[in-house]
Amino acid sequence: MTLIRTTYNRRSFLKASTAAGGGMVLGFSWLASCTPTEAEIKSMPEAWFDINAFLKIGDNGIVTIMSPNPEIGQNVKTSMPMIIAEELDVSWDDVIVEQAPLDTQKYKRQLAGGSQSIRQGWQSLRMAGATARRMLLEAAAKQWEVSVDELTTSEGVIKHEASGQSIGYGEVASAAAGLEVPEEVPLKDPKDFKIIGTDRKNVDGPKIVTGEPLFGIDVQEEGMLIAMIEHPPAFGMKMKSLDASAAKGMPGIKDVITVNTAVEDRQWSDTNAFTELVAVVGNTTWEVMQAKKALKIEWETDTAAESTDGHDKELDRLLGQATKKAARKDGNPDAAFKNAAQVIERTYAAPFLAHNTMEPMNFFANVKEDSAELLGPIQTPEFLSKSVSSILGIDEEKIAIGMTRMGGGFGRRLYGHFGVEAAVISQKVKAPVKLVYTREDDMTQGTYRPDYKVTYRAALDADNNLIGFHIRGAGTNGSPVFANRYPAGAVENYLVENHNKESNISTGAWRAPRSNFIAFAEQSFLDEVAEAAGKDPIEFRLELFDKAADKPVGERNDYDAARYAGVLKLVKEKSGWGKETSGVFRGVSAYFCHNSYVAQVVDVVMENNAPKVQKVWCAVDCGIVVNPMAALNQIEGGIVDGIGHAMYSALSFKDGQPEQNNFHTYRLIRHPEAPLSIETHFVDNGIDPTGLGEPSLPPIAAALANAISKATGERLYQQPFITDKAMLG
Amino acid sequence: MAIFNLTINGEKHQVDVAPETPMLWVLRDHVKLVGTKFGCGIGQCGACTIHLDGVAARSCSMPISGVADQKITTIEGLSKKADHPLQEAWIEHDVPQCGYCQAGQIMNAASLLESNPNPTDAEIDAAMNGNICRCGTYVRIKAAIKTAAAKMS
Repeated sequence: MTLIRTTYNRRSFLKASTAAGGGMVLGFSWLASCTPTEAEIKSMPEAWFDINAFLKIGDNGIVTIMSPNPEIGQNVKTSMPMIIAEELDVSWDDVIVEQAPLDTQKYKRQLAGGSQSIRQGWQSLRMAGATARRMLLEAAAKQWEVSVDELTTSEGVIKHEASGQSIGYGEVASAAAGLEVPEEVPLKDPKDFKIIGTDRKNVDGPKIVTGEPLFGIDVQEEGMLIAMIEHPPAFGMKMKSLDASAAKGMPGIKDVITVNTAVEDRQWSDTNAFTELVAVVGNTTWEVMQAKKALKIEWETDTAAESTDGHDKELDRLLGQATKKAARKDGNPDAAFKNAAQVIERTYAAPFLAHNTMEPMNFFANVKEDSAELLGPIQTPEFLSKSVSSILGIDEEKIAIGMTRMGGGFGRRLYGHFGVEAAVISQKVKAPVKLVYTREDDMTQGTYRPDYKVTYRAALDADNNLIGFHIRGAGTNGSPVFANRYPAGAVENYLVENHNKESNISTGAWRAPRSNFIAFAEQSFLDEVAEAAGKDPIEFRLELFDKAADKPVGERNDYDAARYAGVLKLVKEKSGWGKETSGVFRGVSAYFCHNSYVAQVVDVVMENNAPKVQKVWCAVDCGIVVNPMAALNQIEGGIVDGIGHAMYSALSFKDGQPEQNNFHTYRLIRHPEAPLSIETHFVDNGIDPTGLGEPSLPPIAAALANAISKATGERLYQQPFITDKAMLG
Repeated sequence: MAIFNLTINGEKHQVDVAPETPMLWVLRDHVKLVGTKFGCGIGQCGACTIHLDGVAARSCSMPISGVADQKITTIEGLSKKADHPLQEAWIEHDVPQCGYCQAGQIMNAASLLESNPNPTDAEIDAAMNGNICRCGTYVRIKAAIKTAAAKMS
């Protein structure tokens, strides 16, 4: 048992009547509009007692747990409440989960990004449950006039063994709610966990499979109009003139306006290339879509019109130059390469990618004279609140932001310009509006994964020891290379250089930023170096981990070599690495990001001259796994996502214009291309949980490329693979 | 604008819309059934899949004028008590991640099982090829379809 000090804001314990947004009550009736089931009606208590910001307990023992963070499909709406329920010590069957709105005073870090929700929420969620449990115990102890230490709990029931008395949480909730918050509370020993570490199904599953409204695009409010925007067709262009006369006269159209959505007090999340927009507002989506097509807009060039060809040349030019300052330098790399018996040099490249969440960008806004209600899919509600406040000139206290379930995030909804746009449009037309992007609007106004190139060089001595390593990366709006990641720390002479190419094409975080490309390059390259050194690819990597563990070079290495080697050894064992099957080709890869370690082995067969992934073995070290069934789903999804984008996906530009605008030209992985099976093993080490939504994606591209090269005898250097070799096409 | 009489999930509805309005937007904006999802608008992703007389159709590319008296089924009407074997299998396998495409996946799979009660892996792949899942739940979707098929046979 661990004792922790409670660190709530006082606000977290104020009662519900005064707690919501400084007296404002969120009027999002649609959230509660789903018909409750008979079981739900039966189980509804007559009174709720707010214990703290995270939970309330009904007089019948039913518990409502608030899920603080945005849900983008990473399943935190199930796993975060599980952590609270664990420490509260209730039966999961007695728990109802609700999505919390944005409330910066009650909750910390209401953000979905960097695979950090569970890792950073772990302590405060446990504390919320443990504090409530302690207050319930104190209430019971007072009632029975016994010491709290004599009481135990199990599944929502408090017991006093000596007297044989027992009482349900619901019966003491009223008394507990009035108690002082304890200064210190005990946490469970992980070996006593009953909910954490067990399979719990997605709490929204029943609503998803019956089509109940859950997503931002499903929002329906009284008097709500539909809005759509028209943005410049190319990066570097802006509007010159607008003729909206035809559009304004079309059926169902209320207005066509121009809006400036540039936020003065910019947050990092205000990434957006197009701020001067045309907005069409009308009664229904289809009518607004038709009017949008009838707009007559002249565009003019404002800044450079960039193309993929030009980007390739510029990135190549940068790769040909040393940087003024190294991002990392150990030993004497120049001398190592001069003295090498063998030097291997390879360059890897990948294109821009769009996020392509299945639910296009959208947001609801109802802006009034001095207040605003917003509701929709957003990974960064706190930053959206600041941006909206800045642009509307309304105090943040008077802005309420509700979060809907999101039809995918992948980083796209970190950048909330669509929320700002909805707010500005609503303010201008003086009506509640739901802004909806078409797929084309969505794909051509991205915060794209940047295009990247990187050159790797390795120096081997006459005994095939790796004596020098050099990485030079270049990318749009930033280099993809992490200076202090593996194999930094395992090579005496090490040099990292980072080039940045500025661009007017908006880029941002895309699932496992930078790692989503650099893991492919690094792990493909190490495979080739192992081959050149005449070593087994797993043994070669393990030797480097041994070096990094025993005698690490430098002090800033950002990984734990033993845990890293651990997943590689685990996947080696589980996949039966080393056994050969005729016609089956194997590749391996391992990567560390978002505080977690992942190693993968892929089996590929060739069918009709194209690779088909048969099976993926995956070993993961992310510490304690909160919800194994959902964790497996995340791992599998990351693998399929990684395979798909490595194999098929690309966004290219010509004269500033994206050359793909919908799924007929932008190819995503589909059913027949998914692996036949994925076998995942988690390392059981009891360490506090780390990231899970992103880490399985980065390594898979290299495992796949390494397997394909075994099949074809040719290495892959360019994503997507499908256009790289004739045999794949 | 024109008046259309529709049968959706066994209930009669009357809407007054332009004849070229796709069924997707009739359902979502006029009938207020939002389980059918907008993904691409060009019949490439399958998120908007509904049934016309029991057969899967892409509602985003299906003008209301072409529906005539065919019976429309949406995800809300696939079963009365969320107990279609596919809905149950989706829960059993905990298929959804974000969940946005899943109504379309289920509707497409229901149409497949109607015509082919015991599909092979290759037949599932071929039938489901038009339904994109951006979260990558394909392995689970296939397992859930097989579970439902076994239950229905």
